[in-house]
Amino acid sequence: MSDTNRRSFIGFSFAAVAAVGGAAALVGMKQAWDPLPSVLAGGFTDVELSTLKPGNPITVKWRGKPVFVLKKTEQMDKSDRDLVIGNDRFTIAIGLCTHLGCIPAWKTDVWKCACHGGEFNASGKQTFGPPPKPLDLPSFSLKGTKMVLGETGPEFEKIKNAKA
Amino acid sequence: MAKITKANSLGEWFDQRLNTTAFTKVMMTEYWIPKDINFLWAMGVVLAVTFKILVISGIFLLMYYKPDVNLAFDSVNYTIMQEVAYGWLFRHMHGVAASVIFLIIYIHMFTGIYYGSYKKGREMIWITGMLLFVTFSAAGFSGYMLPWGQMSYWAASVITNLFAGGSLEAWGLVEWIRGGFTVNDATLTRFFMLHVFLLPLAIIGIIAVHFYTLRIPHVNNQEADDIDFDAEAEKYLSGDKKNAKVIPFWPVFLSKDFAVLGVFFVFYFYLVFFHFNFAIDPVNFDPADSMKTPAHIYPEWYFLWSYETLRGPFFDMMGMKAADIGLIIFGMAQGIFLVFPFLDRDPDVLPAHKRPLFNIWFWLLLLDLIVLSVYGKLPPSGANAYVGFAATAVFLVLWILLPIITKIDAKRRGAL
Repeated sequence: MSDTNRRSFIGFSFAAVAAVGGAAALVGMKQAWDPLPSVLAGGFTDVELSTLKPGNPITVKWRGKPVFVLKKTEQMDKSDRDLVIGNDRFTIAIGLCTHLGCIPAWKTDVWKCACHGGEFNASGKQTFGPPPKPLDLPSFSLKGTKMVLGETGPEFEKIKNAKA
Repeated sequence: MAKITKANSLGEWFDQRLNTTAFTKVMMTEYWIPKDINFLWAMGVVLAVTFKILVISGIFLLMYYKPDVNLAFDSVNYTIMQEVAYGWLFRHMHGVAASVIFLIIYIHMFTGIYYGSYKKGREMIWITGMLLFVTFSAAGFSGYMLPWGQMSYWAASVITNLFAGGSLEAWGLVEWIRGGFTVNDATLTRFFMLHVFLLPLAIIGIIAVHFYTLRIPHVNNQEADDIDFDAEAEKYLSGDKKNAKVIPFWPVFLSKDFAVLGVFFVFYFYLVFFHFNFAIDPVNFDPADSMKTPAHIYPEWYFLWSYETLRGPFFDMMGMKAADIGLIIFGMAQGIFLVFPFLDRDPDVLPAHKRPLFNIWFWLLLLDLIVLSVYGKLPPSGANAYVGFAATAVFLVLWILLPIITKIDAKRRGAL
């Protein structure tokens, strides 16, 4: 074995060990920036749907964002996006305008955004102004009349597919 | 081993050990700058001094600031502003300098573009300069978050949202950057680290490289005259200062820079004492609230032009969503200036007034950036939206035209 080969072998070995160590360090650094377990554990919010009054939406804080939950009245339009429990229909939506993220306010029968005049109907669909798409859907699961925001249940999948 | 003898003075003692005489010559008294320049060439030194002001005022703010969502707002608006002696002054100096430094950066950049100081050996000056623009932008953004007011929170929220990549919906990446589902305590502390440690360190490092990139190709001049620096330096050193085309960096060039710096300071301290509000949005005196958005969210003035390219395209085109088109143009706007030297196909270094088409291009770009900035601040409704869209389209077209018009200029001159 010539001297040059021996040296380049040592050189490559050193580079390989350094590369593995460097890559491992990067993985560790990446994970240090991941959301902490306590933050992830706080990402679920329970909402009791049976106590809602028709036509009076509530705003729930979930993962730092407002979530609108509306029990629809008889007069309100039915939509594929409704969550149906027995005879009741609910609208579940993240309460951030899909235009630039302001929080729209409930005015009689629509959500109206004060920032740029966007409007969403009782089903969360955009009906006026700049919003490009309906209000986003938060993931949830259903246990009887209790909704858990943050989990993923079959009811959520159904509405999500109806949306697409 | 250096030859050490008994030193007759402190200067000589250091000279034997650190070679200070030769070092001063190389860095200062025999570092040659062309004579044929104007006040625009002083912007580099103005920037270096403004950065120094930022570091010093920042050190004093750092001693009382608390990077915690429950304490940050009061540590700034009560402790620093009302209790600490001259805390208000350090805050206003820091905030105003952070804003004004971008004005000087833009002047510095457009001086370079006008006089062609970015090509034929000067590419690295331009590229390191643009890296400084990026790191300064990151420092401005991360610092804006620290007072933890409403604008801090929502600007952070909107900007980190951009990393979802529109229809790509990369929320995992957004949550990784934030360390949570929304902008939260982890976001504040990591951006605090970036703002007071990593970014300033990177900036200082890149400034050193930026200065070094100037050494080999030398400073450009008003007529882009190709100077033989060795011959001109010899003329100057032999006493023919009048006919030499160069002057030493110290004391001649810097003394002129200090005069410009004096004028800049009058302007800067006028803002600090009488007009600091322009750099501190009144909305930011409300504490951050994730459940309440301010009526109108807009970035600081120096980000407005690129913000407007983001929201300029407001209707779907060619099967793409408006928001995605905006994001693509916005992404391009961030990177396109970096490759400027390679889009200019003219082989000669000349000031814009000697390049007919490029001259028009230069003023159109400047005008377009001003229009984009103005409309970036206005609400995007009615006619505003169309002006914003048109200005974004012009921005895009100008960059497509750049290689073509620079080639035509060169051909007409007979250089190609």
